[in-house]
Amino acid sequence: MTRAIITVVGKDTVGIIAKVCTYLADNQINILDISQTIVQEFFNMMMIVDLTKSVKAFDVLSDELTTIGQDKGVQVKCQLEDIFDKMHRI
Amino acid sequence: MINLQEVIETNKMIEQENLDVRTITMGISLLDCADKDLVVTCEKIYKKITTLARDLVQTGEDISKEFGIPIVNKRISITPISLVGSACCRIPGDYVQIAKILDKAAKEVGVNFLGGYSAIVSKGMTKSDELLIRSIPMALACTERICSSVNVGSTKTGINMDAVRLMGDIIKQTAEETKEKDSLGCAKLVVLCNAPDDNPFMAGAFHGVSEADAIINVGVSGPGVVKYALEQIPDANFELLCETIKRTAFKITRVGQLVAQEASRRLGVPFGIIDLSLAPTPAIGDSVADILKCIGVEHPGAPGTTAALALLNDQVKKGGVMASSYVGGLSGAFIPVSEDQGMIDAVEAGALTIEKLEAMTCVCSVGLDMIAIPGDTPATTIAGVIADESAIGMVNQKTTAVRIIPVIGKTVGDTVEFGGLLGYAPIMPVNTFSSQRFVDRGGRIPAPIHSFKN
Repeated sequence: MTRAIITVVGKDTVGIIAKVCTYLADNQINILDISQTIVQEFFNMMMIVDLTKSVKAFDVLSDELTTIGQDKGVQVKCQLEDIFDKMHRI
Repeated sequence: MINLQEVIETNKMIEQENLDVRTITMGISLLDCADKDLVVTCEKIYKKITTLARDLVQTGEDISKEFGIPIVNKRISITPISLVGSACCRIPGDYVQIAKILDKAAKEVGVNFLGGYSAIVSKGMTKSDELLIRSIPMALACTERICSSVNVGSTKTGINMDAVRLMGDIIKQTAEETKEKDSLGCAKLVVLCNAPDDNPFMAGAFHGVSEADAIINVGVSGPGVVKYALEQIPDANFELLCETIKRTAFKITRVGQLVAQEASRRLGVPFGIIDLSLAPTPAIGDSVADILKCIGVEHPGAPGTTAALALLNDQVKKGGVMASSYVGGLSGAFIPVSEDQGMIDAVEAGALTIEKLEAMTCVCSVGLDMIAIPGDTPATTIAGVIADESAIGMVNQKTTAVRIIPVIGKTVGDTVEFGGLLGYAPIMPVNTFSSQRFVDRGGRIPAPIHSFKN
């Protein structure tokens, strides 16, 4: 299973989660976990997703998610899970 | 499963604290390219580099995008060229031809530096070693991406003082040949003692003869991350201070290890080592000097600086070693002047001198690095500086190096701008008393007694 972490950071806006989730559903990407918090007045959301059945290549997904974020005025990043796993788990 | 706080912490390191992987360096052996014909040698070199490293830059960019971590440089290190060209080079100009081919290959594959225009002469110089060394000024003047290094000593062999004396002249000639660009050639030329075979960092990178045909070495960085972590504990005692540096170094190095393994897998080239260095850049907040200030000295150079640096260097290694399966290269804190805004500030404030920098090199990697000095500094004085640094490396069984730039036409009070990662530097004063009689003696300094451990 190829897992990625999608983060959304920025000012809270209506419909941002809906928009990202719809995009993921349209591309056969399953959401495994979702959590959010407010840090220094900024909305921080994280999704752990399974890319195994994704219909698009990683770089296309990454670019399109960035564009969705830009349209809503927030930063959306998609990164493979390994970087977090390696850094925080022994 | 990873939690949100951990994700935020990692991305904050990347976005706000300048965490990056400083370099993926592919080491390539060119020993099988040696031929008695210069044209054939050049053809083989070009073909081998452009074949093996064809996908290096793209792979680096792919990894960077997928993990969301900047990989600043993609580079190549090669077998010391004095060995590869020994059968076909009759005059220094022949080596310059090879330099031009290497530069062309570097541009073809898109790497920003290629290191290994080098000679290992720690005990003696062969005729071809000397030809290569004498070709360095011209080679660096007519290429853009080539880095050169000469190893003049080691703990096992002592110091080759003939080579040290020669390098004093070569540095001056390189400065002259590139004087239109503020003697930039000298920023790509380093003189080493105890040079490692697997260093991924320029300008001293080369692919030693003890290495495999091709290898991936990775240099990590992240002074900004260490600085941020220390800012959170301004009044901590040494125990907590050291623990914090160690934890941070562990996290930084784990990212390097991941990138190295991915690059190795995707390129089909074995993973060599991670170099655990704290490498600064001129960017604000990406400074080793700032860490020293966080530890508690007003400016680098103040009393206590050497102890602070020793502590930092040791904790970085302790944290990093556990995070990686193979550690090598230089692995320590770098203290270049022009590439570190905090060091530049310290020089301008009058806190930091070459003599204090020399003391600092006793406890960290690597040596007197990116220091601009007056253009009229005699070659014998430069040789004296090289001899001092080599002695520190030889006796302390560590790598030391000298990368100083006598900027032609400039003197103390002037500033020199190298641009990009090389930064800018105020010209620093050099002790003006003569070393001539010492460096002109000829021969070599014997190895120190602790080489006889066998």
